[in-house]
Amino acid sequence: MILKKYETSYKLQNFTINFGPQHPAAHGVLRLILELEGEVVVRADPHIGLLHRGTEKLIEHKTYLQALPYFDRLDYVSMMAQEHTFSLAVEKIGQIKIAPRVQYIRILFCEITRILNHLLAVGCHAMDVGAMTPFLWVFEEREKLMEFYERVSGARMHAAYIRPGGISADLPLGLLDDIYTFSTQFMYRLIEMEEMLTTNRIWKERLIDVGVVTLEDAIQWGFSGVMLRSTGLAWDLRKTQSYEGYENFNFDIPVGNSGDCYDRYQIRVEEMRQSLRIINDVLNKLSYNTSCNLNSQTIEIKTFMESIIHHFKFCTEGTILPYGETYTATEAPKGEFGVYLISNNTEKPYRCKIKAPGFGHLQALNYMCKDHMIADVVTIIGTQDIVFGEVDR
Amino acid sequence: MNSNFKNLLPYVFYQIINKEEIITIFKEDLLFVINFLKMHFSYQYELLTSISGIDFLGLTYRFGIVYDFLSLRFNTRLRVKIYVNEISTVNSITSIFINANWWEREVWDMFGIYFNNHPGLRRILTDYGFESFPLRKDFPLSGYIDLRYDSFKKKIIVEPLELSQSFRTFTFESQW
Repeated sequence: MILKKYETSYKLQNFTINFGPQHPAAHGVLRLILELEGEVVVRADPHIGLLHRGTEKLIEHKTYLQALPYFDRLDYVSMMAQEHTFSLAVEKIGQIKIAPRVQYIRILFCEITRILNHLLAVGCHAMDVGAMTPFLWVFEEREKLMEFYERVSGARMHAAYIRPGGISADLPLGLLDDIYTFSTQFMYRLIEMEEMLTTNRIWKERLIDVGVVTLEDAIQWGFSGVMLRSTGLAWDLRKTQSYEGYENFNFDIPVGNSGDCYDRYQIRVEEMRQSLRIINDVLNKLSYNTSCNLNSQTIEIKTFMESIIHHFKFCTEGTILPYGETYTATEAPKGEFGVYLISNNTEKPYRCKIKAPGFGHLQALNYMCKDHMIADVVTIIGTQDIVFGEVDR
Repeated sequence: MNSNFKNLLPYVFYQIINKEEIITIFKEDLLFVINFLKMHFSYQYELLTSISGIDFLGLTYRFGIVYDFLSLRFNTRLRVKIYVNEISTVNSITSIFINANWWEREVWDMFGIYFNNHPGLRRILTDYGFESFPLRKDFPLSGYIDLRYDSFKKKIIVEPLELSQSFRTFTFESQW
């Protein structure tokens, strides 16, 4: 009896798992459907919209000042950067000029916001990859910066400080001294954090050659910010399309050369150092607070009835912007944050479209995760610096 | 932008508002114009920044679709606008700009404008099974349905929305 060897053909199917909406490493609510072949990712399909709050529709029903706090809550780790973009867009349509002192204060807080964001990005990225300690150290530094936010606006996180037309109130006395104290010790904190990570063998093995992006692909996928700079292109909107007086400050733009996650980590740390440089510059340029000057408008309000009525109309109805539209983009810490604002001669925006950098970056997740393993997916989501407030709006 | 485009592109309007360049084109010329702007040597708008939809309720061509481009080589931005009505479809530009994928999905989800030849036009921001298009001007701010957890039935139920006080807008004929 001859035993025949039957050839059984196996039909293989890729294993699909849900990198679910509730996951400690998914940076918020991200439902990622991963098709796996063993441990290697074949396809990644992000499902977003779990944090969609209808921001754009709500903004259409609010005046410009009432719409401002929505921008705080978009990218909830770098608050003032979004407020700044919206304020610039409104000022562009209304052709409103800003005083130099206000510009310096705005730049100071934008750079503090940049440090806030990069601290969280690097810290949470490290925690996702596995290093627990930098996360806690970094949050201590964030607490010190949020104290500045609170001193100046009253709220630790969602400040609503940078408003269309300027800022909500002048700096309190003594704040600049405390910011100087912070900046003198922050350099050492950065060095401590880098000591944990930069030369760490495990960190390097997890991050080098993971999520490599070439320059042509980065432009194809519409990257901006740190993702684009890691590929080798020195594109920073603060230098190339300068806004708000950034051309008066000296700072460098760190640029990567291999486009992998390790480059992006190093760029973020170096950007924190450059932000510190700008902050020190601003501290030198801002003069000491003078006492509050009563200008002619304030005197008018306190003496004439018509001024009070005008003031009442402005406060309740809001300022009416002329017909116009603008797309204003700034270099938010995560990338190019843009606001496309259309006004129709009323006190409410007709359409306010928010271009979030995370939306474009998350699109490319499938491209970046190809042929990587599940653990690398976590690294890549962390390096893209995704925050779902701005992706889902 | 290079001023020679007046001979090369089939545009309808060219405006400069607040130092930003905007060209309006017919939707039939969309693929040609976008490809031209990306590939031509003097323009090289190689980065698509965003695609937005606008609802002009009451006009014949009700929707506007706005494409924002950035040229890294020449450091300029450009806006391209097309106007469509409710029943017409637009060609998708994912064959030229691969990152238009999610932006066009968002315009479909929020406004209901269908894109031809899109590799997977499905909802992106709204809930699974959500009907109607939220960012249209005739969609009310509070929506139509109420999704809540019923503790008696011990599950999430979908009901028509009932509000005790509607959203008040204060619009007066006179300024005073």
